[in-house]
Amino acid sequence: MAPGSSEGNYPEDLRYHEEHDWARIEGNQATLGITWYAQDSLGEVVFFDPPEVGATIQKDSSYAEVESVKAVSDVIAPLSGEIVEVNDTLQDTPEKVNEDPYGDGWLVKVRLTAPEEAETLLGVQEYRKMLDR
Amino acid sequence: MRTPFYEQHLELGAKMVPFAGWEMPVQYEGIREEHSAVRRHAGMFDVSHMGQVEVEGPGALTFLQRVLSNDVAKVHVGGAQYSVLCNEEGGVIDDLFAYRLGDDRFLIVTNAANHEADLAWLGRQSREFDAIVRDVADRYAMLAVQGPHARAVVSRALGIELPTRFHVAHVQVGRRPALACGTGYTGEDGVELLLDPEVATPIWAELLDAGVVPCGLGARDTLRLEVCYPLHGNELTPERNPIEAGLGWCCKEETGFIGAQTVARARAEGSAEKLVAFKIEGQGIPREGNPVMQGDEQVGAVTSGTFAPSLEIGAGMAYVASELAEVGTEIEIDVRGKRRPARIASKPLYLKSSKRS
Repeated sequence: MAPGSSEGNYPEDLRYHEEHDWARIEGNQATLGITWYAQDSLGEVVFFDPPEVGATIQKDSSYAEVESVKAVSDVIAPLSGEIVEVNDTLQDTPEKVNEDPYGDGWLVKVRLTAPEEAETLLGVQEYRKMLDR
Repeated sequence: MRTPFYEQHLELGAKMVPFAGWEMPVQYEGIREEHSAVRRHAGMFDVSHMGQVEVEGPGALTFLQRVLSNDVAKVHVGGAQYSVLCNEEGGVIDDLFAYRLGDDRFLIVTNAANHEADLAWLGRQSREFDAIVRDVADRYAMLAVQGPHARAVVSRALGIELPTRFHVAHVQVGRRPALACGTGYTGEDGVELLLDPEVATPIWAELLDAGVVPCGLGARDTLRLEVCYPLHGNELTPERNPIEAGLGWCCKEETGFIGAQTVARARAEGSAEKLVAFKIEGQGIPREGNPVMQGDEQVGAVTSGTFAPSLEIGAGMAYVASELAEVGTEIEIDVRGKRRPARIASKPLYLKSSKRS
């Protein structure tokens, strides 16, 4: 039942992780979130349990949880770094993750500790291809 | 297996999930919207996965009195009654509604996951009675239409007169005989329709046109949890007796049903654990299996937990040590390593009048 890449949207300027996370890299910082596919699979997000500012996160490891009415899902870090900001507005309006997963629904901002990891992430075409498989 | 409404679920863009051997819709637009449609207006659920068993014969009543926990003799023709089916040890094999269709004829609606086990148990126990147990699950498609406006909409759209709550009536739907039952699993008024599968499909479309919102198993679960209806496999199991589960009200030990002795003992002596409802205070969503803590000690476990859409908080049910079962008791739920403060709450968690505007 999973939708392929024809449904939903995947911006060109982002890097993608196989676990359905995205990174918007700007210099040695990145904004992270979950993809359209991830929010659609999960359903209406009702709770985001963020990490603390200052916490370090490790590429390919869980750094937070998003929960829908029915399920909880780990959020996997696409890159390693230190949390510099969390999206506090999601405490009151977690549904932004569904409505605008690449905009107001961003999850955290990190200072990258291994910027070279970005090369291992997927471009939009590769990510779409993965969804279609 | 697929229900007669399978194609319609796909057309509506439902997310389908496997459930007890069936492909069932878990949600269409979203659980929260579907949940609130049932609380405020009318929603419909395809519950064709549920099983039906007919019990017929001169000994049907005495047989059911032996296997069902409630006093079946109190049910008149056209009545409906909730019961549990207990094993010899008083454990709950299933919970179900029995509908009296005639003096010597009853229909039982079983949980999908337990249908085969129920049938086997009923078949075995019926040997010494003058009653026939028949699997009639193939004869019915089942739709639950629930919500404050459900009766009015169904009655108008299908042109039928509906029975009052906890009653069942023979009706004609799609020019075929059908059963309309004044029962449900949402805490709202409504009906459950048992339809001829061959003519069921267009009924879905008629109700959809009449403004009834299609709802999936996701909303069915949040709705029942808010009103603390137990779910077999979670709150009810063959290892727990109905007294622990708070279902003493539907057990009439004087009828001598199978398991009555254990139930009578549990009622008299009290049980070590009790099923309670609780609300999280603050953030966090409890889930099935989460430990219930008090200080460093585990005092119970969550049987069902969710984000409760009408309450807008995390809430659930849990078995806890009986001495802690009092309303207001402070507990903590260990949600994947994070302690979430919670408090035992009175059942049901959601009261119609409290949120009605």
